[in-house]
Amino acid sequence: MSAPTGITRATLTKDLRLEWRSKDALNSMLFFALLVVVVFSFSFDPNAEESRVIAGGLVWVAFLFAAVVALNQTWARELRNQVLDAYRVSPAPANALFLAKAIGNFLFVVVLEAVMTPLFIVFYKLHALGPAWQLFPVAVLGTWAIVVNGTFFAAMSLRTRSREIMLPLLLFPITIPALLSMVEATTTILVGDPSTSAKFWIVLLATYDVVFTTGSLALFETVLHAE
Amino acid sequence: MKKAFPILGLLTAVLLSYALYEALVVAPQEQTMGDVQRIFYYHVPSAWTAFLLFAINFLASVLYLVRRNPQTDRIANWVVMALAVLTCIGGYVFRSALPKDVYPSSVATTGIAIAGLYFLIRKYFSEQGTDILALTTAEVGVVFCTVVLVTGPLWARPVWGIWWTWDLRLTSTLVLWLIYVSYLVLRRFSSSGETPVLAAALAVFGALDVPLVYFSIWFFRTQHPQPVIGGGGSIDPRMLHVLLINWLAFLCFAFLVCWSRYRLERIQRDVEETQALEALLEPGGQVR
Amino acid sequence: MSYLYAAYAATWLIHVTYLITVFRRYSRLKKEVEQLAKK
Repeated sequence: MSAPTGITRATLTKDLRLEWRSKDALNSMLFFALLVVVVFSFSFDPNAEESRVIAGGLVWVAFLFAAVVALNQTWARELRNQVLDAYRVSPAPANALFLAKAIGNFLFVVVLEAVMTPLFIVFYKLHALGPAWQLFPVAVLGTWAIVVNGTFFAAMSLRTRSREIMLPLLLFPITIPALLSMVEATTTILVGDPSTSAKFWIVLLATYDVVFTTGSLALFETVLHAE
Repeated sequence: MKKAFPILGLLTAVLLSYALYEALVVAPQEQTMGDVQRIFYYHVPSAWTAFLLFAINFLASVLYLVRRNPQTDRIANWVVMALAVLTCIGGYVFRSALPKDVYPSSVATTGIAIAGLYFLIRKYFSEQGTDILALTTAEVGVVFCTVVLVTGPLWARPVWGIWWTWDLRLTSTLVLWLIYVSYLVLRRFSSSGETPVLAAALAVFGALDVPLVYFSIWFFRTQHPQPVIGGGGSIDPRMLHVLLINWLAFLCFAFLVCWSRYRLERIQRDVEETQALEALLEPGGQVR
Repeated sequence: MSYLYAAYAATWLIHVTYLITVFRRYSRLKKEVEQLAKK
């Protein structure tokens, strides 16, 4: 059992190190994240009362777009250096590769979210009226939902025409229940109405994550060797 | 085989016309909504047909993935049979947990029907045939789904005054439509060698998504209640009869459309293969 | 009511449009097959 995890860790460390050394992708993504927040703030400029109701949706849509740009980036680099062919030929289990990619993407997107969230809080004068600690599982589970499917579909669209548009095209419909859960959970927590609870949404997000992580792990090998 | 098609076509046309007559003339007028309610006789059968076609697409996709490897094929056979048996037993054992209109016998029948379809497809369709079946049912399913999404608002507008309400059924149908349109786009844009496998994987993901979509929208609706398009509750037996006649007619129609599309795809692939072979065997030509 | 007829008409419009695309591809294919058979 140690071999796959070893490979996962090795691939992950390699990706992170590459990312850190190049820094160009990370920097441009951070700037993109800032731009998204600013543009949203110009488009939707409500006072503190309304902002709590729509902020959930705004934040998650912004995260979703930033995640898509990040996901397109990470596989593109692999493709450029023909690393993908090397993976297909190697005896390493495809699952390990997938997990490494997904975790790497997850960390990448979390960094983006960590940058965007304080900006959103400041621009929209947000503070949660409900149990704010629940925002943490929502953020983790929600980000993983986007990233796990995003990594899988990014791998699927690698050899298709119009690769960059293919990823969101495939990702968005499948992610709808997760998106709905994230937005509703966040809004419920922010608005803090005592008769409502975000628990159902968090459980649904967790179920979604389990189902699609399993599905991705089961089918990634097949997709990688599709030809 | 070829002679049957025009005869079946004629019979289907007759059946559809009769079903239309029943829907417009024979069916009693609804109490609250009036004649507009008759859209129901086209809206609901189209939805059921679309769902059936997508279910067949799911089975064909699973079959395609599973049959690439004889081991997984054998395991899958046992799994399908086990699921069918479990559904039969489970329907009766958990009778009390079932929702009001659902009987254990319908659960059992559905389980056996799905398993039966799986094995029928497995027996009568080759590997390539399974892939073509998946493509066909997805395309025709999207057509029927489009009909549902167009007739729904046309029904909602005179009855509720709004075109769309994000109610459970219409919204989940919209998401299903989106998933399958993305499936068709993937099929068109991917390179031909890997298309069947990628499409099949996407279909499996879509199927996994469906219950999650349903539950998320269901809960969303309980939090933010809105009018329900399509009405619930019991149905007058005369209306049920008209509904079923229309469903039968549309099923026959869907079958013929699928058959045509399937044949078209078969011929297309044969032509492409022939052209590829010719390019290879051309005297003095270059082998690429 | 006009919505009723619009719904029924829209249904058949969608189906017929799809059938036309299938039929057009079919006739184009038939021509190709004839060309291949000639060779």
